[in-house]
Amino acid sequence: MSGADDILLKVDNVSLSFGGVRAITDVSFDIRKGEIRAIIGPNGAGKTSMLNVINGFYHPQNGSISFHGQTRARMKPYEAASQGIARTFQNVALFKGMSTLDNILAGRALKMKSSFFWQMFRHGPALAEEIEHRKFCEEIIDFLEIEHIRKAPVGTLPYGLQKRVELGRALAMEPTLLLLDEPMAGMNLEEKQDMSRFIIDVNQHFGTTIALIEHDIGVVMDLSDRIVVLEYGHKIADGNPEEVKSDQKVIDAYLGVAH
Amino acid sequence: MFYREVGQFKTSYAADQAIFPIRQDRIGLALILAVAFIGIPLIGGEFMIASVMIPFLVLALAAIGLNILIGYTGLISLGTGAFMGVGAYACYKLSTLFPQVNIIVWIISSGLVSCAVGVLFGLPSLRIKGFYLAIATLAAQFFLQWCFVRVGWLYNNNPSGAIEVPLHTLFGIPITGATAKPLTRYYVVLTIVVVMTWFASNLVHGRIGRNWMAVRDMDIAAQLMGIRLLPAKLLAFAVSSFYAGVAGALMVFLWLGAAEPEAFNINESFVLLFMVIIGGLGSLIGSFLGAALIHILPIIVRTTPGALGLSIGSATAEHLTYIITGGLILFFLIVEPHGLARLWQIAKQKLRVWPFPY
Repeated sequence: MSGADDILLKVDNVSLSFGGVRAITDVSFDIRKGEIRAIIGPNGAGKTSMLNVINGFYHPQNGSISFHGQTRARMKPYEAASQGIARTFQNVALFKGMSTLDNILAGRALKMKSSFFWQMFRHGPALAEEIEHRKFCEEIIDFLEIEHIRKAPVGTLPYGLQKRVELGRALAMEPTLLLLDEPMAGMNLEEKQDMSRFIIDVNQHFGTTIALIEHDIGVVMDLSDRIVVLEYGHKIADGNPEEVKSDQKVIDAYLGVAH
Repeated sequence: MFYREVGQFKTSYAADQAIFPIRQDRIGLALILAVAFIGIPLIGGEFMIASVMIPFLVLALAAIGLNILIGYTGLISLGTGAFMGVGAYACYKLSTLFPQVNIIVWIISSGLVSCAVGVLFGLPSLRIKGFYLAIATLAAQFFLQWCFVRVGWLYNNNPSGAIEVPLHTLFGIPITGATAKPLTRYYVVLTIVVVMTWFASNLVHGRIGRNWMAVRDMDIAAQLMGIRLLPAKLLAFAVSSFYAGVAGALMVFLWLGAAEPEAFNINESFVLLFMVIIGGLGSLIGSFLGAALIHILPIIVRTTPGALGLSIGSATAEHLTYIITGGLILFFLIVEPHGLARLWQIAKQKLRVWPFPY
């Protein structure tokens, strides 16, 4: 599972700062095709900023990112999305006024092409497209076991289900790289188990590469193939779970050092 | 009771993705259309048609336009009155320059003119939102209104400064000007409003509507799903201004017959904003309900004392109308801040489970 061909995304010496605050300093790592890659670190380590850099929401001052072997300097979120990078958010960022089904259908925005004219009549290509994508979304709804809430407005759903709908919306984009920002934050054990199962299923059945930020170390160690550890914007460790677990710097970062 | 979807099974996604998946809703819609096209012309007098129904439909159309912008895309605009004015003046200008072309063509074309102006003034919406955008559109309101007064070319340098609608015919029947019968005008307005409402309904229920609502609810997430903000917002401005423009043209050509720049002032924008808020943001039926509440309710309040045989002075009646209408608006907003459309939805939900509470 190694070799340059396998690398889907490569982050090269990326630095990002907001004014005087350095969020990320010279971080490099790569994500291989088909793996689950975890990014962990204490609060404020720059994990979410890293995801924001990857999907084009922040532009790093230094360094480069290559996806599918293409290096890019500046990229807009729209371009990242059309290249196949999808993402979920730390604080659920669903479209609150819409139903579950509409949220997931909205994830198909890039795949739907029918023109304004046909949309106006809701006929011909527009209607055919609507039904075809509905079919696809139903598969996702099936997969995530949220059939019973497909017509419910997402604002009324409990938190755990909202997280699941958000995953569904990201899956609707048929991403090659899925960025999950704390998919299990605030969940109970049962919900965490469900979510872990979905993440593994997505990875194995759809072959989606996943980059994941999570605070539950147990979950991270079980799920991920390789782990990047950030602290204060620096990379302090990178490797498989066993290596990371026994790394002295990581232990220091999490447990503190005696001064 | 009678509003129950039990037993109406969908066997295809096509049936379930329909805009009115419940049979009773389709019957209700057909009934409303029948009343509008047959019932009202049969029973309604001239006053009913010319002063109640035509203005109601025109205002509802403008409210739909504004609702697309505010309710569906989350962009606040205070320039609707001016965009209606653009439609009205464009229609006047086009129809006096080329009087031989059918007036319906010019009414639709004036919507396109308004659409272009709307897109222009919608450009700042990428950078600013909320109240700040409202102020930016206020600039459009004042600038355009200034144009209606100062640019003589727009009203063919009429000494009165007003635009007067000449006679136009459709299939040989006069539909604008002094000789047009209210009933003919009503049918023209009704047809245009029905068709445009159908288009709006199709748009908001499809991909474009979902993109708009995604931008409204969470613009960051929308961006990361590949929805480009500027095109989505400008499209909302374009469609919204198109509706406002057509409504403005209809207002002058088929309702008032003549108009001064004052007709498109900031008050008009506010009245439309109230209609959309009271009717229900993000709801097409809400636009109709809001227009009905703001336009028809005062008429009912004003005519009720006379109908009951009470004689009160016209000034008193006018004051009472303001007091009662204002009170009712407050009442509805307190009962349901999400507008009449939400009340309607709650009522439907209650009917669905009646006689059980849930």
